[in-house]
Amino acid sequence: MSTDQVTGTARVKRGMAEMLKGGVIMDVVDATQAKIAEDAGAVAVMALERVPADIRAQGGVARMSDPDLIDGIINAVSIPVMAKARIGHFVEAQVLASLGVDYIDESEVLTPADYANHIDKWAFTVPFVCGATNLGEALRRITEGAAMIRSKGEAGTGDVSNATTHMRKIRQEIRRLQNLPEDELYVAAKELQAPYELVKEIAQNGKLPVVLFTAGGIATPADAAMMMQLGAEGVFVGSGIFKSGNPAQRAEAIVKATTFYDDPDVIAKVSRGLGEAMVGINVDEIPEPHRLAERGW
Amino acid sequence: MLVGMVVAAPPVIGVLALQGDVQEHLVSLAKCDVTARPIRRPEELDELDGIVIPGGESTTISKLLDNFELLEPLRAKIKAGLPAYGSCAGMILLANNVLDGREDQHQLGGLDVTVRRNAFGRQIDSFETDLDLAGETVHAVFIRAPWVEAVGGDVEVLATVPVTAEAGDAAGRIVAVRQGNVLATAFHPELTGDERVHRLFVDMVRGSTEEK
Repeated sequence: MSTDQVTGTARVKRGMAEMLKGGVIMDVVDATQAKIAEDAGAVAVMALERVPADIRAQGGVARMSDPDLIDGIINAVSIPVMAKARIGHFVEAQVLASLGVDYIDESEVLTPADYANHIDKWAFTVPFVCGATNLGEALRRITEGAAMIRSKGEAGTGDVSNATTHMRKIRQEIRRLQNLPEDELYVAAKELQAPYELVKEIAQNGKLPVVLFTAGGIATPADAAMMMQLGAEGVFVGSGIFKSGNPAQRAEAIVKATTFYDDPDVIAKVSRGLGEAMVGINVDEIPEPHRLAERGW
Repeated sequence: MLVGMVVAAPPVIGVLALQGDVQEHLVSLAKCDVTARPIRRPEELDELDGIVIPGGESTTISKLLDNFELLEPLRAKIKAGLPAYGSCAGMILLANNVLDGREDQHQLGGLDVTVRRNAFGRQIDSFETDLDLAGETVHAVFIRAPWVEAVGGDVEVLATVPVTAEAGDAAGRIVAVRQGNVLATAFHPELTGDERVHRLFVDMVRGSTEEK
């Protein structure tokens, strides 16, 4: 019997994400929004400088939040607090860890700080979530130490089509691995640009070794429920709540629809009278250099 | 062939499936030769011989219990003796009293204990350790876990955090309890693939169905 208390293990990091399953994590920029999210039943909040819709509208470099704002959010709520760091910006991550955030999102929504390397996430006690558009990308992030994966979607648009594509793609590529004979897994690993051991594990288990959430463009209870039916284990909602007419009511409705994602009667009931959804932008109308999902590799 | 022998149907144990690590509990229970099923609606409570309240976010589960009209019926069932097991958030929900919760947080109750939510700290303080659970060594995973701060007279303490120099404030804290048909752990046996705690609960469920 070893009575040592060991922190920061893969099990403790991945386990934290297991506890968030079936829940909704909401983007917030300050303590007031964080309170609204917690009141609505969010399982966690995500602190960032500006919601993705504003990052799009205002342009410029998007960075980690001000530590004062993060402290304010941590003090305002009792649920877990996540925060975004730029891709590859390991010092922003160190700062967030020092502030006591519970999960770091190495996020393409912020402006990347390194166009070659992501953060070495094994080096941290605090766990990381990363975005992925396909299985290979998810496996590369897991190899770097990510303890949770989310689809990227196209954040700040209110257009769920990219999140749909990513969820379908990841699940489809997992199914493909399951159907491959063992001797073809080596080439599959090469094609996925991911370690063979991880590829083999996925072929055997039919799922990622970490929790898979969805993110990007989710604006309605039906959007959240569709992602759950497509195999997401939980939902991140960014601009969709605080860019809508009635954030508190919409947030609560999305929480309920995520729990009863397979019950159209509940989804219909909670979808009534929510007021204006965020206006939204069609992903097709965004010129390619401005698409966030293409950041990260 | 044995004639006239009645083989009892396996007990049916529900896992409250509003939010949290429901799947891991279903898998652990399935290893214990019971019928395990997720529960989200009041009418689904009626066929149960026992219920598990999983790990998750206790404030979210509390709110959803209320929203979907499960709070009163489940509270009444537990009060009437339905065996219940809660891990982490489940322990918080089964406690009669909670410290550091939200003011509007609802308790299912059933355990005469006072639990402190997130007592071990934030995620950065989450840890694994071995501990002694009623005479057996169990590997315990604590994630933003609560501890039990006070227990009533009928509550049996099953495990405490080992007293070591590094344990600090956590040393000796109560992390597993049982009172009558209600069992709770601050840690997550469903994450380790060791189903002994679930077996203990299944034994409690079998004991309770035999009494009927």
